[in-house]
Amino acid sequence: MEYISTNRVARKMSARLLLNNLSKFIFLLATFFGIFVLGVLIYRVVSQGIGWLNVDFLTGRLSTQADRAGIMGAILGTFWLMMVVVPVTMFLGIGTAIYLELYAKKGRLQSFIQTNISNLAGVPSIVYGILGLTVFVRTLDFGNIVLAGGLTMSLLILPIVIVVSQEALRSVPQHLSEASYGMGATKWQTIQKVILPVALPGILTGAILSLSRAIGETAPLVVIGIPALLLPFPGSILDKFTVLPMQIYYWTLDSSLMAEYANLAAATIIVLLVALLILNSTAIIIRNKFQKRY
Amino acid sequence: MTLLKERIGDVQLRVMDNTNWRKPVYETNGLNLWYGASHALKNINLSINEKEVTAIIGPSGCGKSTYLKTLNRMVEMVPDVNISGNITFKGNNILGKEMPVEMLRSKVGMVFQKPNPFPKSIYENIAFGPKIHGIKNKATLDMIVEDSLKKAALWDEVKDRLHKSAYGLSGGQQQRLCIARCLAIDPEVILMDEPTSALDPVSTHKVEELISSIKNDVTIAIVTHNMQQASRISDRTAFFLNGEIIEVNSTATIFNNPNDRLTNDYINGRFG
Ligand SMILES: Nc1ncnc2c1ncn2[C@@H]1O[C@H](COP(=O)(O)OP(=O)(O)OP(=O)(O)O)[C@@H](O)[C@H]1O
Ligand SMILES: [Mg+2]
Repeated sequence: MEYISTNRVARKMSARLLLNNLSKFIFLLATFFGIFVLGVLIYRVVSQGIGWLNVDFLTGRLSTQADRAGIMGAILGTFWLMMVVVPVTMFLGIGTAIYLELYAKKGRLQSFIQTNISNLAGVPSIVYGILGLTVFVRTLDFGNIVLAGGLTMSLLILPIVIVVSQEALRSVPQHLSEASYGMGATKWQTIQKVILPVALPGILTGAILSLSRAIGETAPLVVIGIPALLLPFPGSILDKFTVLPMQIYYWTLDSSLMAEYANLAAATIIVLLVALLILNSTAIIIRNKFQKRY
Repeated sequence: MTLLKERIGDVQLRVMDNTNWRKPVYETNGLNLWYGASHALKNINLSINEKEVTAIIGPSGCGKSTYLKTLNRMVEMVPDVNISGNITFKGNNILGKEMPVEMLRSKVGMVFQKPNPFPKSIYENIAFGPKIHGIKNKATLDMIVEDSLKKAALWDEVKDRLHKSAYGLSGGQQQRLCIARCLAIDPEVILMDEPTSALDPVSTHKVEELISSIKNDVTIAIVTHNMQQASRISDRTAFFLNGEIIEVNSTATIFNNPNDRLTNDYINGRFG
């Protein structure tokens, strides 16, 4: 008894091959759509902003006059913001992930916490802004300083850092930790010497990508209340501040008043894009470097 | 004269019945183990004697790995495990809280079915155990690394690439590296769970030679599905079936004239 007739296979063959090629074409189209839009966007921004990008613009102070305005304040603000966000999210994010993945007993409470963290990752950023305003700016009475903004941003990206780190920890093969326990290593020694080194590239990649989200985010800072025209440069995490995306936001908002503001916004976008590009490349480099080593 | 004769008789008796006169390192009495509701080990009584190779054989799922992992308490990492009964290691109860598991495992190494070197250099793999037990001195570590690799007959093959990744070694070399890694903590017992089942015949042979060469220094308990292997390398053999021990005897007895019909059927491949 013949189940598969050669004739039938031959008859259907050309249709199958056609579908095969067609599907490839459809996916290619989907990819190109994204790349095309991105290309248009970058072209528009660069052609509009590149002429305004110079040393004076990068190092200058804010001003209402478009040709005298600079973004040093915003660059420093972004820097100080990161000085809060990086340590807070690294410590809390990796710590929480280690606890949930390696210490917590699998049970109701653990899965309840887990579900909540995953849900928090999907909460709109403006909600975090409201939380930050209530808790850090008002209740703890920090005011709208870097520390308040940084903690708010940390809360925003913390769920993502936790989830990504958990993923990285989970992907460490069990037989490695068994080998370590089998030699008499304690849990902490095993985590420190075996699990973390293997999981670290994954954790760092995730953390850096979340940081670039924090660098580009505006909504929570709008809620916290960042001054539109802040003249002094922030010198510590206790100073008032503005950041690059806030500057873009205000200049775009005001471009109806003065057309040149749109060009300033475009120039600032270029700076922000370059910063994000550097961060993301770092993530890739870290990943490749660690992966190649062994 | 009579006294001498008696003594000779005694010695001869001991030589003939070489199954149980050595000092037991591990003694298991009335051990039961449950995974949740499933009864995986039933009333196990077995001693593992000093500087002998004890083979554990039996069909798949009969509890061989479970028993081995009970000996170094790795089995307790499985959630919902319940154990009753008694296991002593050199006279000390290990199932109670008196001895930290880390202490026990620093005397009892384990080799797994699949070679599992760390993603570190060959050197760091061997130095791992000594380091976690507090040895920091570079010269001491160097010595331990060389010594362990030599004992595992791996030194000549890897001495020029000590600081290269362990993942560059063949499967068989990796397994011998894992044995060397165990030897580096100077264990009294090594537990091996089907250490050659993922290896080719040549590598298997090398691991068996290695076992024979270290058995004068360490006690070995080895789980194997390979009957020839059990008869080649072990002194005593325990036959497990459905979570119970059917027969424990000298390897020669088990393979030549076993007491139990089930043992006979199993070693002749009639089930399992
Ligand atoms: N982590 C676990 N949770 C629940 N049941 C388990 C677990 N590990 C093993 N078992 C069960 O316990 C019994 C004994 O398993 P074990 O792994 O000890 O068998 P084994 O003799 O080593 O088998 P094999 O020769 O296939 O390795 C089996 O029925 C198995 O399904
Ligand atoms: Mg097994």
